[in-house]
Amino acid sequence: MATQTQIEVVMPQMGVSVSEGTIVKWLKREGQRVLADEPLLEISTDKVDTEVPSPGDGILGSIVTLEGETVAVGTTIALITTGGEAPAEQESESTTTAPIPPASPEPVAALPADRAFVSPVVARIAAEHSVDLERVSGSGHGGRVTKKDVLAHIAAATTPVAAANEPLPAPVTSAPSSGDRLEPMSQMRRSIAEHMRRSLDTAAHATTVFEVDMSNVVAIRARLKPEFLERHAVRLTYLAFVARATVEALRNWPWLNAEIRGQEIVTHSYINLCIAVAVDGGKGLVVPAIRNAEGLNLLGMARAIQDVAERARSKQLTPEDVQGGTFTITNPGGHGSIVGTPIINQPQVAILDTEALVKRPVVISDEKGVDAISVRPIMNLCLSFDHRLIDGAYAVQFMAEIRRSLESWGEERY
Amino acid sequence: MPEKTYLQAISDGLRQEMHRDERVFVLGEDVGVYGGAFKVTVGLLEEFGPWRVIDAPLSEIAIVGGATGSALMGLRPIAELQFSDFVSCAWDQLVTVAAKQHFRAGTPVPMVLRLPSGGGFSGGPFHSQSPESAFTHVPGLKVVCPATPHDAKGLLATAVDDPNPVLYFEHKHLYRRIKGEVPDERYTIPFGKARIERAGDDVTLVTWGAMVYTAAEAADELQAGGVSVEIIDLRTLQPWDKQAVLESVAKTSKLLILHEDTRTSGFGAEIAAQVVEEAFEQLDAPIRRVAAPDTPIPFSPQLEKAYIPQVEDVASALRELAAY
Repeated sequence: MATQTQIEVVMPQMGVSVSEGTIVKWLKREGQRVLADEPLLEISTDKVDTEVPSPGDGILGSIVTLEGETVAVGTTIALITTGGEAPAEQESESTTTAPIPPASPEPVAALPADRAFVSPVVARIAAEHSVDLERVSGSGHGGRVTKKDVLAHIAAATTPVAAANEPLPAPVTSAPSSGDRLEPMSQMRRSIAEHMRRSLDTAAHATTVFEVDMSNVVAIRARLKPEFLERHAVRLTYLAFVARATVEALRNWPWLNAEIRGQEIVTHSYINLCIAVAVDGGKGLVVPAIRNAEGLNLLGMARAIQDVAERARSKQLTPEDVQGGTFTITNPGGHGSIVGTPIINQPQVAILDTEALVKRPVVISDEKGVDAISVRPIMNLCLSFDHRLIDGAYAVQFMAEIRRSLESWGEERY
Repeated sequence: MPEKTYLQAISDGLRQEMHRDERVFVLGEDVGVYGGAFKVTVGLLEEFGPWRVIDAPLSEIAIVGGATGSALMGLRPIAELQFSDFVSCAWDQLVTVAAKQHFRAGTPVPMVLRLPSGGGFSGGPFHSQSPESAFTHVPGLKVVCPATPHDAKGLLATAVDDPNPVLYFEHKHLYRRIKGEVPDERYTIPFGKARIERAGDDVTLVTWGAMVYTAAEAADELQAGGVSVEIIDLRTLQPWDKQAVLESVAKTSKLLILHEDTRTSGFGAEIAAQVVEEAFEQLDAPIRRVAAPDTPIPFSPQLEKAYIPQVEDVASALRELAAY
């Protein structure tokens, strides 16, 4: 026993603002041998879903937190016994002698066991207001969530706008009828739900729609696509063109690459372009950011989009990938949608929606002013903007520039 | 409004009741010539004469039996026992006869039993008890425990008006220590209506009698630390103002019950049980009781101090509750 030590596996800090994570799946069973950095489990947080590598070599001694459970960052979720052939008994000194596991930048001692005690009044208030007590920091005995804590949490979570316009959700009063399926919201679902609601409560949403003739883009894409694929293993999508045009237009319309902080407007000097990626067959959404997208040419943009989309679908995103975005493009057109009114990704002030490319008869005027009907590939671009900061005239000029840019895309332009 | 001691307020109340209603009379050991063991009845003999101020033989059962009989016959006796400790001698008359009479025969028993109670002056095991809780367990009796001069007079008047046997526990330690404004005119204070000694948000403290003052001092200490304590002075235990307690607990979610009587089966247990039954989902902490230990009251001043809840005991319990 003397040669055996135990390593605590703790819920890692996946990003500055992430306070908790949910165990999705344990990839090892208790008693199984694990190697350092070998994938040990999958977790889901507000920001990303990811694999957690083992912090060391040894035997997975005991799993403390089961699949589906949500715990605070730093909480011990498993113990790995090192230096022995068999799992050691759970000695009490394990928590004090455990080396710092490499997976956790800031290991925190396991919370006291009575952290979980919920008093009758706190249980009632939490149920009435649908509060997840794991999200409330406790100031009571042993970190217990007190009545004051939960009331303060509710008060903080209820913005004045929401308080004025929206009654608190009524407590669930009836069980689902037979045949209905009841399932808990995933961490991602809760996060999306909270974010969408908060965005609508925060921003004054307005949406404008532009028709864009993509004839030039279609032609150039057709020419470049095989080359990009063969030489760079990059799929060239229409989205890459739109993203390029957007990034260029944002330079001239900087308030669309900005945010409102209190009474001030912060205009960003860089563009971290967020791309909304549907995951889990449309039951989830992640929005990774492409850093410094203003520095990317068409190839770079196409490659970056492909990279974040693939990593989003395979749950390989890092916390940094989903933070710090300054403008978002969402791309629901793949299934034929032609108009959308997207919700702004807070704290940004606008979101651009690219719709399906549809062949339409359009009226074309030649240099002499003679009109003719022509069939053109048309894509609708919809921009939702926060009217608190962005006025209609500003938004439509930005959109007009994107349209001009796409419609006049030249052969020489990358 | 004139300031009176707790003792004067009771004396004045007695005199006023005797003036107001000639059916009212007092009886007890040494209440006449001597003016009572604590001088509450001084001057009454001279003022109202020996038919209405009766020196009784040294027999509590005779005093309570006489009071019960005269009440049944239409008088309004106010009997004094020198120390509430000796009420045990009259248990049978009180519990078996007086308390049951109305239920058995439909006849009211409008009597008041004055019971000087409580410790704090090294009176030892026979002269310091607070036996009010025991009588809350007897259907048919009412139990009154005034803490202030104002309440002492008002509750005495209500007790005289009440058609049931009323046990009026007057705290000896308050007699001359506590002064307060007392109206000259007659007024009544309803039974079962608590007094909010002070409003607060963080912890509810329910108490009565002399412990109201201990509670107030402890609450002052907590206030200095930013914890606000709501003190409820029940004033009467049977009936007791459950509504006031429930309302306060709904606000604070934390409850401390303080009494000078011993802990086990003290009235604090009843309060705690009722709050859990009716307001379980309001509670954010276990209900705490601060009470005397389950032993007789010691003579020694040091031991008595250790026995009767002190300001520090209450403050420490309040702090724990606040931090829970």
